[in-house]
Formats: sequence, structure tokens, C-alpha cells
Amino acid sequence: MPTDVQRLDASSPSAAGRYAGARVNRVEDARLLTGSGTFVDDVSRPGMLHACFVRSPFARARIEAIETNEALAVPGVHAVLLAADLNPDVREQWHTSIGPDVPEVPRPPLADDEVRFVGDPVALIVAQSRYIAEDAAELVVVDYEALHAVVDYAAAETDDVSVHATIPGNVVGQMAGPPIAEVDAVFATAAHVVRETFRQHAYAPVPMETRGLVVEWSAASGEMTIWASTQVPHEVRLFCSRLLGLPEHRIRVVMRDTGGGFGQKVLVQREEMCLMLAARKLPGAIKWIEDRSENLMAAGQSRHEHAVARLAFDDEGTVLAAALDHAQDVGAYPTPWPVGTAAAVGMLFPGPYRIPRATFRSKAVASNTVGRTAYRGPWQFESVAREVLLDIAARQLGIDPVELRRRNLLRRDNLPYRSATGFVYDHVTPLETFDHAIEMLDYETFRREQAEARAEDRYLGVGTCTFIEPTTPGYGVYGTEGATIRIEPSGMVNVYVAGGSSGNSIETTVVQLVADALGVDIDDVATIQGDTAVTPFGAGACGSRSASMTAGAVAETASVLRDRIVEIAAHRLEAAVEDLELGGGRASVRGTPSKGITYGELARVAYLSPYELPPGTPAGLEASGRYTAATPQVWTNATHVCTCEVDATTGLVRLLRYIVSEDCGPMINPAVVEGQIAGGTVQGIGGALYEHLVYDEDGNPVTTTLVDYLLPTAAEVPVIEYGHVETPGPGPGGHKGVGEGGAIGAPPAVINAVADALAPFGVTITDQPLSPSRIVALLDEARRGDPR
Amino acid sequence: MDVSITVNHQTQHHDVEARTLLVQFLREHCLLTGTKVGCDTSSCGACTVLVDGESVKSCTMLAAQADGRRVTTIEGLATDGELHPVQQSFQANHALQCGFCTAGMVLATVSLLEEIPNPTERDVRLGLEGNLCRCTGYHNIVQAVLAAAGQQP
Repeated sequence: MPTDVQRLDASSPSAAGRYAGARVNRVEDARLLTGSGTFVDDVSRPGMLHACFVRSPFARARIEAIETNEALAVPGVHAVLLAADLNPDVREQWHTSIGPDVPEVPRPPLADDEVRFVGDPVALIVAQSRYIAEDAAELVVVDYEALHAVVDYAAAETDDVSVHATIPGNVVGQMAGPPIAEVDAVFATAAHVVRETFRQHAYAPVPMETRGLVVEWSAASGEMTIWASTQVPHEVRLFCSRLLGLPEHRIRVVMRDTGGGFGQKVLVQREEMCLMLAARKLPGAIKWIEDRSENLMAAGQSRHEHAVARLAFDDEGTVLAAALDHAQDVGAYPTPWPVGTAAAVGMLFPGPYRIPRATFRSKAVASNTVGRTAYRGPWQFESVAREVLLDIAARQLGIDPVELRRRNLLRRDNLPYRSATGFVYDHVTPLETFDHAIEMLDYETFRREQAEARAEDRYLGVGTCTFIEPTTPGYGVYGTEGATIRIEPSGMVNVYVAGGSSGNSIETTVVQLVADALGVDIDDVATIQGDTAVTPFGAGACGSRSASMTAGAVAETASVLRDRIVEIAAHRLEAAVEDLELGGGRASVRGTPSKGITYGELARVAYLSPYELPPGTPAGLEASGRYTAATPQVWTNATHVCTCEVDATTGLVRLLRYIVSEDCGPMINPAVVEGQIAGGTVQGIGGALYEHLVYDEDGNPVTTTLVDYLLPTAAEVPVIEYGHVETPGPGPGGHKGVGEGGAIGAPPAVINAVADALAPFGVTITDQPLSPSRIVALLDEARRGDPR
Repeated sequence: MDVSITVNHQTQHHDVEARTLLVQFLREHCLLTGTKVGCDTSSCGACTVLVDGESVKSCTMLAAQADGRRVTTIEGLATDGELHPVQQSFQANHALQCGFCTAGMVLATVSLLEEIPNPTERDVRLGLEGNLCRCTGYHNIVQAVLAAAGQQP
């Protein structure tokens, strides 16, 4: 496997435990490889009922009447629930990460007076089986009066119609950076100004497991149990508690295996609210498993946005100023409140470059399409706008794009660096990852091959993208993570963290960290996650936070537990506390390894023979701790380099090499890091080349199956080559987040590679996806002499 | 209607509706939930099983069509607690993340290697084109398949 590691700061250890830093086999795999995992659709409860939704076929319509008698008459149907049945039970409806005070878009669980996108849920059918429920759904007659729909968000501000009556003009929110006049003054006098309008199409997370949940209400005990497909079990519990007005500790959320989320499962959406609201009205547990059409129609879109991007340069190619005027489509029911991530696009637009002046304006605009949801690097458009514009600038200025970037990238002696939009970057290596990736490619050789190929009418191209991303948010609900570590009476270790397996390998990560922290064999450590009844509160798998925050929680907790182990061992061994060391599952006297005691023996004393403990030492051998983030975010940076060949006749793009050099600090498990990079990168490649969530002009979604919505397959994707630069970040272990970056870096690298390949034709690329038909159209226009 | 299928060497005899798909028969009647449903349009391959040794997307086949035949699901691949070489190779190469596509991917691989015991990387990529994975980017899966075929990637 092509991998290259550079440690820039030799004095700082990489993740230097026995297990941390190693390519440890995953503990999740034993069950997942044998069909023994527990995904939500694998959960069955006695007397369980099954739900499905009746959804709107109109992008916008008034509901005049709903006739349910025929559906209710189907044998096996238990209930047909409408807005009037469910919506009045809503107590509070805010997500913890957003808070109760933000002016949110209204989110009725079921559409009441008006439907606002095709797929808007109108009725919930509950029946003995899914088949009966779907048969009955066909018999629900909804009388709609179709209304003019706001389909194109880019024209929504001037539309007379409002998607929500409370949001006239359809602008859900906007934010702006430093005063535009100061930045415009730089543009007015700059030697060169490069300006372009970029448009990005809608695409979506598309986890292989769709959404779903099982909700079971026990009226006798007043307890609610929810089995969820989620990235955030504790948030599901908190949200449900507020939604229903139930005490939080009466709700238990269980997730063992979630089949991917990528942001789509970080917050409770309307269908899930409906199940929670319906559960108390029904005699048994209810299961809803979203089908793929629903997932592509109603689970959320991402990435749909455009911007006018500007860069000002001096004669040497030094960037003097940057400005972005940006708007994004948030659909009818964005989850979460989208204005913050829209602003992040503008704030991150200057990227990892020395740019003294920058500003932005970002708008979130509603439309009668599916709501925007979070997706792996929700602010990812910043790198498209900047990196593609930098390549366009390089061509206009006649400077090699690699050289142009080297002149402007942040250097280590610039750190800490305060960006013109207000971020403070530190512990990052943009120039180093860039040089590393360019070196892995052998740029000069590629340029020679490209020239030779062009002489034969073959069109090769190279593109890069260098970005910096906020990971591990340190504010609000994200700012803390807890762990409980128990050495059980036998000496075996259990570690409890919020976690839950959604593909991020957090079970393996935690087991590795705890085995190192306590000095035990990894096979002697198990982890329990995803069950709110027994795990410490945590904000879940989002924001590229799991590894770094959990490492902090494990470090805090293990430190307390180690002290307890040493205290008991010193007493048993009649040795001084400071003379003891831990390792190999035992405490022993430093220099005299034969004088020691196993954790099994210590645990026996701690639980089964407490009178043998030293005076004042509490019985038991467990600790709970909680880490609080050291900084508002942990910065991760990376460079993607992509080469491709474009068939100038058919427009087909074939990727040749794909290199990612990233700096996520010392790696806990390089295999996991590379797996995250590869998965994210291929999602980004999919977005740039294949995936497109398409609506027609009436607001009908036309890509509602995986036949129409093209995910990348093994046949198209390139081998990813990894270069690791390891610079410790500010938190425990120096780990930085790495879950999202691949999806951020890939689209611009691919676009730039294609644009470079087609440079001889004078083609400029501003829109995606780069389907064969779009490329052929661009080439035709270029050949006709039309600029685009 | 009565359907009788030998699933993982055991006879499974159930009275099912004629419209029952093989995947529903396996999940809902045999209670073998290792086989997943990912798309309903035969696109994703999460429901891949072996029917008489050949990979089949079990959402494209009626249970009735499998009547009297032998079906292997992911639950039946390991023998005596020993993982099948393809399962072992998937673990060793970190070829799974969330695990939802894994059952189908592993069984498609078993069938592929039956057909092409010494595949090239291209053979593997084309052979698994009908199985979608959203987590891994496929690279480690391809490596795992080549390794299972005894080839050093």
C-alpha cells in the first residue's frame, strides 16, 4: 500500500504506545463480517408494528382534505395518523447544538396546511407489517390544490411566493465578514483581479443504510426505548425528551451498528419525530425503515450553492485580497439551522494562504425542495471556490499553479496566523503537505508526460487542492466527552464511551487507547458504546471529533484509575507508590519485574475482599472522567493531488493517480485514518464527477433510485496514495480530526485536473458534476469560440 | 405458498405470500438478518447471497424461485467458527467500515473468486461493480480480494 510518513517535529512522539500508532485489526469486524451486527432493521420486538409515510407528490400544494377511511379498513392497519393527531403533542423542538433561541425554520412533524417539497410527509400509517402499511398508504386520498413552487433557490429572493410564510423573501439567514469597502479598496488598486462565478449541484450523503428507528413506549413504567440508526444516540435521547416532555432518564436510546451517516444522521428529523410522537398512541413498538427512494427524496440534500469569488494579486502572484459572495439552497426544512455553516464557507474561503484582506457574504435561501442536511465537511464549497479560482488565476497570470500556491501558502514561521476572517490557525503544515504531495506525484515528470500526450492528442491534467479544516469543535455540546473505565472483578477491562459504531472505527480506537493507558493486552479490553442507559453523555460522531475528544476522555479517566491501581498495588507489594510501573496487565516494582501483582489480583481485592485494601481506599476499580476541549477547534490540513485523462471526443474522465497528504497529528491507527481519507475522497470524487440530485423545473425529484443517482463504484475510482505529515495538535496525544477532509479536498482537485487537461481548448470549468455530456458541451462551446 | 430452501445447510420450510422476495424470506422468515436491503432496485448489492454457489442479489429473486435450491448467506460462510479466507482478508485489509455492505461484498467476492481464481485488479474492480460501498472508497476491498486470491497487491 503506498504510504509515506513524515514527522516534522522529531521531539514530539507520534502516537507511541504499544497499540496506538499501529495498524490494529478492528474489534468491530468480528460481528460485521459474520452478519452478526445489529443494525436498526435487525431489531425485532414482540408485537412490533410497522410504519410507512404517505408523502406529497407536489413541490408545493395546499392540503384541502385527507380521506383515511379506506386505508383504516385494511385488515392489519392499526392507525392512520395525520398532522392533527401528532403535531399538537410537540412540546419543544430544538436541537442541542443549535439551542432554543435561534430563529429556526418551522418543522411540523407532519405537513399540516401546506406541503413544501415532493416527499413531504403527510400521513403516518401503522400496521402489522410493512406490506400492509404500504398497501394502505395507497388508499389514503389526499386532496391537494397545487400551488406555484419556488424550485430554484437562486431566484427565490425575488419570488412572490414564500416557502414559509414566516420567511418572506425566502432568506433564512445571512452573515457577512469584515467591511466590504476595505477589501474592495484593495481590489481597486491591485495589479490583477480574477473573478468567477462557481455553481455546485445538489448531492447527498447516501449512507448504505437508510434512516430508521424502532420506538417502544411502556405505559406502565413511563419509559421510552428507541433503537436508532444515528450518529448521536445521546442527542436522540435529549431531543426526544424535549419533544415529548418526558424526563430524559426515562428514555433509553440504543445504537449498536449504524450503516454510515456522513452527517445525515447527526440530528433528529421530522420522520423520526413522528415515530416518537406516535409511539405513545400504539400498543406495541413501531418500526420505520426508510426505503431508498425516500432517502433520496426526503432525507436531505447537501452542497447546492453558488458564489462569486474574487482574488486580487500583485505582479508577483502574491494574493492581496479575497472576497466571496455566496448563497446556498437550504430547501424547505433544513436540519440543522443552516446559517452557521453557510457563513463557514465564507470564513474559510481564504484557506491556508497568507491573505491580508478578506471578506464574504453568505446567504441561506429556502426553496420547495428537500431540506439541506449536514454532509461531511458542510462548508466544503470554500475549497471549490478558492482552489478552482487559483488555477484559473494561474492560467491568467501565466504562473505555474504549483508555484503560485507555494508563494502564498502559510509557512510554519507564520504560525500562529490570524486569518483575515478571524480564525487563528496553529499546529498546521499547509506548505509541507503540499510539497509532500507534489513530490509524491513527481510533478516535473508528470508535466513532461502531459506534453508528450498532448502531442498525440491525448489530454492529461493535474489538479491540486490544499485546505485547512476545523475539526473537534470545542464549544457548546461538543466541548466535552466522558469515559468510564472499569477493571471488572476478574481483571478484564470495560470502557464505556458515548460512541457507537457508524463506520468510524471508534470501538477499535478506544480499545487501543485504553490498552495503552492501562498497560494491558488489547484482547483484555472491551468497549460498550451507543447505549444511553450506561454510557456517559457525549455529542456523538460529528465534526471530526470522535478520536481526539475520546482520546482526551480516556486520558483523563485512565489517569485516575492508574493512581488507584498504584495505590492498591503499593500497599500489597509493600513498595513506594513512585517505585511502581504498570504494564503487561500488572503493577510491578521498577527494576524488579518479578515483584509485581496482576490486575486480576488487584481487582479481586478491590471487589471481593475490600478489607484488604489500604485504609481510606474506596472499594472497586473503576473511574469516570470527562475531558474538556483545550481549544475552540483543532485545525487539520491536507493537500489532494489528482491526475486524469479526459477523452476529448466522449467527455469521459478517467482518474489516473490520486494522492492525499494530510496532517491529522499522530495517528492512533493509520489503517483507520487512511480508510477515512479514502472514503471521504471517493465521496468527493463522486460529487465532482457522477452524483447529482436532480429536480425538474416543477420541483419533481428525478433521481430517486440508485439507478439514477450515480454513486462511484469500484470500477471507476482510483487507488488513493497516502502521505502523512504528523504534527501534534493542541489536545491530549496531539490527535486531530480526519473524518471529513477527504470529501472537502477531492472536488476541487478533480475539477482542476480536468480543467488542466482541457486547457489547450481554452475551457474554463465553473460548474459540476463533470459528466461526459457537460464536458462535451464545454468543448463544443470552446470550439465554437463561445466563452462557456 | 410453501417454499423450501436449504439455507446454510439447513432446510427452511415456510408458508409465504407469493410476492415474498428471497431477501425477505431470509430476513423475516429464517431470521437471518445478516443479509441487508440497501436500495430495492438491484443496484447496491447489499443483499447478495449465493444460490447454488453463485452470487445473486436476493432482492431480485422471489423466494419461490429459490425453492428447492441451496442458499448460502453470510451467517453460513464461516465453518466451525473459523472465518472464511475472504472474511479473514477483509479484516486484515480494513476492507469494511460501517459493515452494511459487507455481507454482500464478501459473498460477491466468494463467487467472483470461484469464477476467476487468479483475478487481476481490473477483474476485481469490474467484478464488484454491482456492489456499492459508501465508506471505504473500495481500495481496501480490492486489496482484500486480491490478497484472498493469494496475490500480493
